Order: sequence, then structure tokens, then C-alpha cells
Amino acid sequence: MKLGSIIYNGVVRENPTFVLLLGMCPTLGTTGSAMTGLSMGLATTGVLLCSNMSVSAIKPIVPPAVRIPVYIVLIATFVTALQMLLAAYLPSVNATLGIFIPLIVVNCILLGRAEAFASRNSVVASAADGVGIGIGFTVALTLIGAVREVLGTGRIFGAEVYPEEFGSLVFVLAPGAFIVLGFLMALYRKLFQR
Amino acid sequence: MIEYLSIVIGAVFVNNIVFTQFLGICPFLGVSKKLSSATGMGAAVAFVMVIATLVTWVLQRYLLVPYGMDYLQTIVFILVIAALVQTLEIIMKKSVPSLYQALGVFLPLITTNCAVLGVAITVVQKDMSLVTSLVYALSSAGGFALALVLFAGIREQLELTDVPRPMRGAPIALVCAGLLAMAFMGFSGIKAG
Repeated sequence: MKLGSIIYNGVVRENPTFVLLLGMCPTLGTTGSAMTGLSMGLATTGVLLCSNMSVSAIKPIVPPAVRIPVYIVLIATFVTALQMLLAAYLPSVNATLGIFIPLIVVNCILLGRAEAFASRNSVVASAADGVGIGIGFTVALTLIGAVREVLGTGRIFGAEVYPEEFGSLVFVLAPGAFIVLGFLMALYRKLFQR
Repeated sequence: MIEYLSIVIGAVFVNNIVFTQFLGICPFLGVSKKLSSATGMGAAVAFVMVIATLVTWVLQRYLLVPYGMDYLQTIVFILVIAALVQTLEIIMKKSVPSLYQALGVFLPLITTNCAVLGVAITVVQKDMSLVTSLVYALSSAGGFALALVLFAGIREQLELTDVPRPMRGAPIALVCAGLLAMAFMGFSGIKAG
């Protein structure tokens, strides 16, 4: 497989949010605005890239019977590192994303890609897959965040589109997350799946 | 007593773990197609959540904090939950086969249920006492089970309706969950304390 097609596969054909329905908790929980969605997407992409590459690198020495616990420990290690980096350099991001940072550990995307892709492909291909799936996840989260932010507060990335009074706050609150994701998913199917 | 009651009402209705905290969405969407499996999943989560919270609370208080290892929290907690689920599965298979029959298939799924890890971390972050933590875990699980059962009831009806093609399956389920979440917002009026 060419690297380009691996990345395209991650962004469109196997988009983790709209097609695979993985990682739904952060998808709903951190998309109150475009910015929080983007930062969650990038954080997950970082962990996914590291975990995919290391799973692929250690695959010759991991006995198949204990591979899942090994993957979980690897992922948890990278998540802990990320948590410390964010707390040190980007405390505001760390505060907004809150509990969803440690919860990256149980994001099914990471274990899913480790098991389905990284454990049977080369390091370079796994890195490409991590980037592709990561970008797909980031795009989806940013899109959901942007739609919710525009409909809810009339802003996008904090820049005003129309006056806030015309916004409908429900889209920023919990129900809006479910409804926006539902309609975006239907739109995605209409556009990309026949 | 009244303090515990407000925790229960808060966790089940006002800050429902699924509808306002967005934890445990994967099983919420995955196992809610049939009412019977939703009930089983709800019970299994309640079981694991309470025991996992108990064990992680004790570990955090008496092992991680005194030895300055709280940075290992995420790794230790996820390992404890994974090991616990495995152990419970083995014990139940041997000693309570009837319960194992009922919950068995759902147990392995619980390891990656972020609600369990989420509650274990929340309890530690909010510095709750052991009893408060257990009440909180039990009522969060109750909130999860309630959400799951309500939603399964709706989805069984949804199977029979004629939905536009791109909306079929997950999208219409999500929109319904949104409406249900809106209904749950009504409870925020009774914010206790």
C-alpha cells in the first residue's frame, strides 16, 4: 500500500468517527467549540502515532497471548507522558479537556489500530496509518466543534459569524452534541457512501 | 443521609454519566439494540464499577500517594480494571455460574468502558471519602443502566419505523439520544445543594 492511500483510507474511507464509530466519548464530550475539538483531535493523534509506531516496532518480541495488556500499557505510558507535557506547557488546554485526557487510554481507536493495523504492518506504514486515522479523527472533531459553536454561539474559532443572541444554546450543551453528530454522520453517508 | 441522597439524585438524574458527562458512550450505542442485553450490560457495569472504584481508591490512597507515585495513576488504574475484570470473570464462572451466564458476554467489553475508568479518576480528583466514593460509583452505574434501558426501549421501536436511508442505524440513534439528553436537562432544575 502506498503511504498516500493509507492516509486517504484513514481520513475518508475508514474515518474513525463517521464510519467506524470509535472513540465516541471524546467526540461528544470535547466538541463544545472548534478549538477544543481540534486540541482533543491533535492530542489523540499524537498518542496514536507513538503507540502505532511502537506496537509495530515491538511486534516480533511480543508473545501473541499477552499482546493486549502490552498494548494497553504502551498506550497508557504515552497518555501519561502527554498528560505531563500538557500540564507543563499548555495548562489551559489541559484544564478544558480535563478528564478526557487520561481517558484517551480507553479510546477504542488506539487499541483498535494497534490490533488491526500496527501489529501486522511495518513501522513506516503504521506511522502513516496513525497520521491518517489521527487526521480523520481531528477533522471530524473540529467539524463537529465548529458546527456546534456556530449554531450555539454564532462564533467559529472565537470569531463572530453572527450576533450571539441568534444562537441556540442547546447546541453547545449536551443534547446538541448527539444531534449534530447524528446529522453530520448522515451527511457523510449521503456524500461518501453509495 | 441527606448528603448521600443528593449524591444519588445528582449522579442518576442531574449529571447523568451518559447524557451530561459523555462517559460510556460506546456500550451505550453498541449494546442498546435489545432491552434484555441492555439490562445485562447495566448490571455488569454496576458490579465492576463499584468494585473497581473500591480497589483503585484504596490503591491511590495507601500506595500511590504515600510513595509519590501518583503520576502512574492512569497506568495503574487501567491495569487494575483490566485485571479485575479478568479475575471477576474467572471467579464468577467457577462459583456463580448463573450470574456468569447473565453477565458473562458483557464482562470483557467493560475493560474499555471509559465510564469505569472515568468514575475511578473523578472520585480521586474530587477527593471523596471511601463511603461517598462507593455511593457515587453505585449511583453513576445506576444512571448508566437507566440511560441504557431507556434508550434500548426507544431503539426497539425505532427498528420498526421507516427512516430515510442515510439516517438509518447510528445517526437516527444519536438524534434520539440527543432528544433524551434534552429531556434529562429538565432535571437540572433540582440541583441539590
